[in-house]
Amino acid sequence: MTRGRGRAGALAGDRLMQGFGLLVLTLALASLGALVADVLADGAGRVSWQFLTSYPSRLPERAGILPALVGSIYVITLTALIAVPLGVAAAVYLEEYGTRSRLARVVEINIANLAGVPSIIYGLLGLGLFVRLMAMGRSVLAGAATLALLVLPVVILSTREALRAVPKSLREGSYALGATKWQTIWHQVLPSALPGILTGLILALSRAIGETAPLITIGALTYVPFLPDGLWSPFTVLPIQIFNWVSRPQAGFLENAAAAILVMLVLLIAMNATAIVIRDRLQRHSA
Amino acid sequence: MMTTTPPSPPSLGALTTAARDRPSAVERPVQIDVEGLDFYYGTKQALADISVRIRANLVTAFIGPSGCGKSTFLRTLNRMNDIIPGARVRGQVRIAGRDIYAPGTDVVDLRRRVGMVFQKSNPFPKSVFENVAYGLRINALTGSKAELAARVEESLKAAALWDEVKDRLNESALSLSGGQQQRLCIARALAIQPEILLMDEPASALDPIATQRIEELIYQLKHTYTIVIVTHNMQQAARVSDDTAFFWLGKLVEFGATDQIFTAPREKLTEDYVTGRFG
Repeated sequence: MTRGRGRAGALAGDRLMQGFGLLVLTLALASLGALVADVLADGAGRVSWQFLTSYPSRLPERAGILPALVGSIYVITLTALIAVPLGVAAAVYLEEYGTRSRLARVVEINIANLAGVPSIIYGLLGLGLFVRLMAMGRSVLAGAATLALLVLPVVILSTREALRAVPKSLREGSYALGATKWQTIWHQVLPSALPGILTGLILALSRAIGETAPLITIGALTYVPFLPDGLWSPFTVLPIQIFNWVSRPQAGFLENAAAAILVMLVLLIAMNATAIVIRDRLQRHSA
Repeated sequence: MMTTTPPSPPSLGALTTAARDRPSAVERPVQIDVEGLDFYYGTKQALADISVRIRANLVTAFIGPSGCGKSTFLRTLNRMNDIIPGARVRGQVRIAGRDIYAPGTDVVDLRRRVGMVFQKSNPFPKSVFENVAYGLRINALTGSKAELAARVEESLKAAALWDEVKDRLNESALSLSGGQQQRLCIARALAIQPEILLMDEPASALDPIATQRIEELIYQLKHTYTIVIVTHNMQQAARVSDDTAFFWLGKLVEFGATDQIFTAPREKLTEDYVTGRFG
């Protein structure tokens, strides 16, 4: 009897949790959906070839996002080029070479903390270190270096997770054939961990592309009527352009901001999709 | 009390066959000479005072209940335990006269000379060809592409796998069956031409037919290699090995010719184990 009631109670609890989960999910998706719908309603009509290929202007209907779009792609590519080798190398060191040292443990805890530091702090660091001390100025390079610092902890943490998930038997198989540690890491461990590493990179770069505060701090421009023409060129990025437009009083600029948000969403989705396709291809080849 | 119960009729047959082909004890030189070996995982002692002489071109079996240290001991012979944090070794392991735990020993070279096959087959997530070629590539053992291909073919033939995979060399090794994967791992180990082959329960995850193929293979390979095999299957030990070492609680209880261990053990503990009274 009691057992029957207990079972019915457990079932009811199960159903309750399921209902609750569904509710939470619906709420989250609904707010996201509302956001996208709002942006679509405001900006969909404004997205056009002219909008994508024009420079900013005093007149909202003639303004475009070309410098911001190119700037975003430029900065994010550079960020990846800086953060990926550094982050992966740091993770390999911490996971494969330094795991047992006290220093490595202290470093590990601090990396986890760094991942939670507000991005504006990185902006201040970038301003002091890259822009002033290293005299990079308000350049694409300084921006990318700052964003690279910002995402480095995420890259390191997720790469370590991926390395840790590589089965021990794979390493042993390699060592048993007379492979050195580095040969084992390079030929077996890293290829096996690559899909996991890529997942971390998607997350990290998605965060970087949406960052505004640290780039404003280091002095990225809000009005750029030219394309960045090198590492030392001044630049702007999409979030800054959006930020700039939403603070204008004219309705036309708000429309522009919504359209720019749409472009940024598409850019983000394209980036993630590329990474996912690459990851799946890698997994298929190794399976 | 019966002192010499053979495990089962089939293995009795195998015993006599093995005994017939067995070379006399004296003519084989000692290849691995272990003296007073202690092994610790951190503070926990896993092996105590192991001394044993493993002879060349014979099959030596390590038997004993789970956790008795037989796999740990096997892994001290190619310093595979070095990877484990906190592992410590005392004593001497001399292979071809040189102490492999002496300072300055080239562990990478040691592992090239002392190959290993694991309990669970662990092919690399690469093609069949690349699995066998890996050891040759990293050790730069072959010059030309043709030479590499020839060595891969030779190794796959030696592991009795060539006929089954010759048309699918570029397929993923993970698409092979369990028994084929294990033979691929053997081929991979043979490719770099070791002197000694360590096998850690190589057939424990395989079905009887695949197991039989591995055992036949071991029988052929001992002409070229010194083989040390860990097994929890006593019939298998009786079938494939020339010498047998019985481990219990981290100690080597008895070591001798396989038929002596199985038919006339000197220790009561050995007798109880081989007759299936515990374990």
